[in-house]
Amino acid sequence: MSEPLVIIGNGMAAARLCEELAQRALGRYAIAVIGKEPRLAYNRVLLSSVLAGDVSASDITVKPAGWWRDCGVTLCYGKSVTAVDVAKRTITLEDNKTLPFAKLVFATGSRPARLPIAGADLTGVLTFRDIADAETLMSTARRGAPAVVIGGGLLGIEAAHGLAQAGVEVTLVHLMDRLMERQLDFRAAAMLKRTVEAKGIQIELEATTEELVGKGHVEGVRLRDGRILPADTVVIAVGITPNAELARAANLAVHRGIVVDDGLATSAPDIFAIGECAEHRGVCYGLVEPANAQARVLAQRLAGCDVRYRGSINATNLKVSGVHVFSAGEFLGHAGTDSIVLSDAGLQTYRKLIIANDRLAGAVLFGDTSDANWYLELIHSGASIESIREHIVFGRSFVERKTRIDRAACARAGASDAGSSPRRPRTNGADAEVTGLQR
Amino acid sequence: MNAPLSQSPAIRTTCPYCGVGCGVLAAPDGRGGATITGDPKHPANFGRLCSKGSALAETLGLDNRVLYPMMRGADGTLARASWEAALDRVTGDLRRIVDRDGPAAVAFYLSGQLLTEDYYVANKLMKGFIGSSNVDTNSRLCMASSVAGHRRAFGADIVPGTYRDLDEADLIVLVGSNTAWCHPVLYQRMITARRKRGTKLVVIDPRRTATADEIDLFLPIAPGMDTALFCGLLAHLADSRALDYAYIDRYTRGFVEALARAREIAADVAATARTTGLKQSDVAEFFDLFRTTRRTVTCFSQGVNQSAQGTDKVSAIINVHLATGRIGRAGMGPFSLTGQPNAMGGREVGGLANQLAAHMGFTPAERDRVRRFWGAPRIATTEGLKAVDMFEAIERGTIKALWVMGTNPAVSMPRAGAVRAALRKLDLFVVSDNVCDTDTIEAGAHVVFPAAAWGEKDGTVTNSERRISRQRAFLPLPGEVRPDWWIVSEVARRLGFGIAFDYRSSADIFREHARLSAFENDGRRGFDIGALATLSNDGYAALDPIMWPAPAAKPPSERRHFASGVFFTADQRACFIAPEPPALRGATSTIYPLRLNTGRVRDQWHTMTRTGKSPRLAVHCAEPFVEIHPADAKVAGLTDGGFAAVATHYGSAILKVVIAPGQRRGSIFVPIHWSDATARFARVGELTGAPYDPVSGQPESKATPARVEPIAFAYRGFALTRDAIRPPPQSWFARLPIADGVALLFATNETPATWHSLARSLVPQDAELAEYVDEGRGVARIAAFRAGRLETCIFVGPAHRPPQWDVPRALFEVGVLGDRERRILLSGSSDDGTAETGPIICACFSVGLAEIRDAICSGRAMNVSDIGRLLRAGTNCGSCIPELRGILGRVAQTA
Repeated sequence: MSEPLVIIGNGMAAARLCEELAQRALGRYAIAVIGKEPRLAYNRVLLSSVLAGDVSASDITVKPAGWWRDCGVTLCYGKSVTAVDVAKRTITLEDNKTLPFAKLVFATGSRPARLPIAGADLTGVLTFRDIADAETLMSTARRGAPAVVIGGGLLGIEAAHGLAQAGVEVTLVHLMDRLMERQLDFRAAAMLKRTVEAKGIQIELEATTEELVGKGHVEGVRLRDGRILPADTVVIAVGITPNAELARAANLAVHRGIVVDDGLATSAPDIFAIGECAEHRGVCYGLVEPANAQARVLAQRLAGCDVRYRGSINATNLKVSGVHVFSAGEFLGHAGTDSIVLSDAGLQTYRKLIIANDRLAGAVLFGDTSDANWYLELIHSGASIESIREHIVFGRSFVERKTRIDRAACARAGASDAGSSPRRPRTNGADAEVTGLQR
Repeated sequence: MNAPLSQSPAIRTTCPYCGVGCGVLAAPDGRGGATITGDPKHPANFGRLCSKGSALAETLGLDNRVLYPMMRGADGTLARASWEAALDRVTGDLRRIVDRDGPAAVAFYLSGQLLTEDYYVANKLMKGFIGSSNVDTNSRLCMASSVAGHRRAFGADIVPGTYRDLDEADLIVLVGSNTAWCHPVLYQRMITARRKRGTKLVVIDPRRTATADEIDLFLPIAPGMDTALFCGLLAHLADSRALDYAYIDRYTRGFVEALARAREIAADVAATARTTGLKQSDVAEFFDLFRTTRRTVTCFSQGVNQSAQGTDKVSAIINVHLATGRIGRAGMGPFSLTGQPNAMGGREVGGLANQLAAHMGFTPAERDRVRRFWGAPRIATTEGLKAVDMFEAIERGTIKALWVMGTNPAVSMPRAGAVRAALRKLDLFVVSDNVCDTDTIEAGAHVVFPAAAWGEKDGTVTNSERRISRQRAFLPLPGEVRPDWWIVSEVARRLGFGIAFDYRSSADIFREHARLSAFENDGRRGFDIGALATLSNDGYAALDPIMWPAPAAKPPSERRHFASGVFFTADQRACFIAPEPPALRGATSTIYPLRLNTGRVRDQWHTMTRTGKSPRLAVHCAEPFVEIHPADAKVAGLTDGGFAAVATHYGSAILKVVIAPGQRRGSIFVPIHWSDATARFARVGELTGAPYDPVSGQPESKATPARVEPIAFAYRGFALTRDAIRPPPQSWFARLPIADGVALLFATNETPATWHSLARSLVPQDAELAEYVDEGRGVARIAAFRAGRLETCIFVGPAHRPPQWDVPRALFEVGVLGDRERRILLSGSSDDGTAETGPIICACFSVGLAEIRDAICSGRAMNVSDIGRLLRAGTNCGSCIPELRGILGRVAQTA
């Protein structure tokens, strides 16, 4: 008989876990997914496209209803879980129904961080996290009315972009000296700033918001330097807070997020956490790739494999305001690391690779992210890039072709040295040896 | 690429480079350019051209031309002036200096690049009207020893034979001549003779040059020992009874003394081998060949002439030909290969300080004759100062006015550094030139006259075989440019000599020159072209190449000289000369243990003011270099492709190191071409010194004691720009033209960051910058685009791994790049391998080493003709054929 597996949370991490389980252990668990949002799981990354009007809300659904059915998953959305009883192995729903579980997975995600300033509760002050937020924004924002977005991270920029596309006059206020400082170095951030500004968005860096002013409805944003930016709408996008309250209430170990080990297990047996609500080795990830990786590892473990999650390289591969950006690893570099930079202002592309001990330690790509996965692989594998250092920044296909040409030349030289006729360069299997990397 | 496509109507003219004097067909395109092909009817080349001649079209641009007169203002800069102002300034200053200091305070320094008519007018003004003989020429650095040798032996400066002798000889001996590179068309003629009739080729040279690649015997002689070899040969021929005593008795004198001296210097094969540093068997083989081959031509050029004993070397060679009677007959004779297109024409008019005019000297009778002919008020009475002495007199302050025409002494004179400093002392320093950025003009010229360039000027030149050919204009005079003869005549007119200089055309001058050659001649002077004195303007315009002498009385014919005597000495006998025992001036020492040899490279001419405009010619030898034997390099700690400081007693230079097994041990070789306009720290003139031949006044350029030591630069790189840039002051560089731009190859201790900011400062505001920076490796590469076109491209990297410029250069020349090309431009390489041609071997068709190697390695090319069929390399001028053969050999060796 199938064991009951309950997943709290109906987001991308939950969807990925179900998918992985369907591939590895179909039928082993009777899966129930319980979500607060009253709709099928959707791709949160595409919210800004919804906001910008490029796609409709229904277009961003991760999987259709039939898929969940085929996977044997009971979907229970639009309902929140109010309590977890670890000892009894049950959860309680908002309608006081309880459900038993053999295994329980927290995939509760996160919510926008609050801004602890006066005026945060005025009407017209919004966040940008879910479809509801997107819909509110779309209905609130008026063409020509001023809006201020607080927060120059990905979500803030996306919100600003979406509003600007809708014809709103947007000012983006950011506390730090560059946009997306957690993902981008100064040059990439500066290029992004120019791109964003080119969309008609005004950007204020190193601007601390003192308070939101208005009577009932927000009217402006007062900065520390005394200026007041008029605002009919204010979007706060200053980061996320893991949704860990439920776990904390159930007496699971919680710091910022729900603490998990390399098996993604919480402090209680048979209870796990993945995605943005989890805290692994002190890190709460706010991105989709680590959540997917965690889902994969957890699915394998639930299928009986002894695999471990050892953390994700902090990697971002996004389209921000219409521009592809990627960053991974130690993208800022530090003493003892080298960097290779390739940029073209005209093509609006920029690449920076961080090299430590002849290994790729980090990368920032702006404009052209076609080699992002390759660099990520190289960062993961820790292979020596010494032999391809000269060409590496020009991308995988270039390196592979150069390697083939060099080999052919070597073969020729070798052939003439050895007195035989020139050999044909070996080209098949080149992918396996790709670049002559020494592992 | 210069695929010769015929276009009409083509104008027949003559190549402005070496002394072969090839006929050229120039078909103007109506846009300031022209299509250049060889003239199939010209008897010097029968349609062939070398790489330099083939690239003439690339040198016609007006970009660095002097287009109007310029005068140096109080602020030290040259500014445009009117012809009136410039001519008045020169005339006024000349008059004042002559009045104050006498005519000897004035000097003209002319050039083998001038046309005969220009030469004639300048010589006439100075020697007949200003009254000084201080007219010398860069031929002094080139041909003077041959002239002196001819005059001593024959009583006149006459080359006895013709080019036809090269076709008809059974043995050609090349002494001190890299003919394959310096006279490529003649070399091809010799190679053809070798194939057709089995003519043997012997090369005598301290250095194994490309000329020695396809020959029968190479004699790597010790520097300066040519006299010993030919004395040994004379003694050997005497001992083996191979002399022509009938000829000696009838037509010569001085034989006994000359033979006695020869025996003292090198009595036999063994002594010759000892003195010359040659293998005894090689010497014996050469002597045997010479003894048994009646049809022998001995060709010689700068390796013989540019020596403090150059005249004696010439004499030693001539002695052997006189003693065997091998002179003036088909396939026989000593043959001086002239370096410049009109060195011979200059000698004809007497444009040298030790001649008066038209093969006449300074005897009272000759002076009187010339005075009467010219109607000269103030005929020069004695020889003037030859080049080296002339510049020393400027240094001392005794010469106060100098007019340089068509040459670049600040680069080419020995002790060039001192010459440069001396030029600053002049009260009046005038330069007539085509280009505005020569080192000589930069050395402080007060007035610069815009002289007509090749393609614009109109007159005659005489080649190595005494053949007078027309150099015709096929382009209009640009800007305010004027022919040299016009400029000189204008000054003469302003000095009050208008009647004697009332020329309306070069034809007027040529007729006068021809009349003077015949004036009271009566067969006593070899140079007589009286037959041309009555040419009509149309006749002059249509004049076919004609060999002198061409006296009025006899029908013109190609004539060899001296088969039956009739020398131009007083007794009509040739003079054997007993040469001084050979000894190099300036001993090597522990400080200067090596001998510095100098010379040309295949695709450049002189100081590169013209060949330096051709992208195609630039790539064969892109950078100034010093060639050194592997063993010497090891001792000095030099590496191939690295840098060396070369120092002599006179100065120093920094050059790329080329390790070459063909270089003689103890000797180094540096090319003469680079100047401050094209490189930094690379002028060979700084290195060569004062010793000169006591007879000819020609300086020693081939054996200066020198030392080398490694110089390390931290970084190397290149900059490709649309306009020339100036690199940071301490950086070494060579500048060369590329299509639509300029390349700078540099070596530097400035950090890549400095170059990075230099690059940024060069880039216009509206340009888009692309950068590749690997700071840890010391690599910075910057490109700037404007409206999609690549405008600037600067690469700098660590010296041990210098960036390669083939691919960026190819993309720069394309200009507007595709997306993919632009994305990989800064990789410095292509990813399909096609654009990497390697160093260019064939300049005519731009074929690179990599392609040639590939063709050989893949088995598609087994020999030179395969390479020609596949890649076209070597099929136009043929001057890369020795190199192609070398590549074939090297690939075969490693296979």
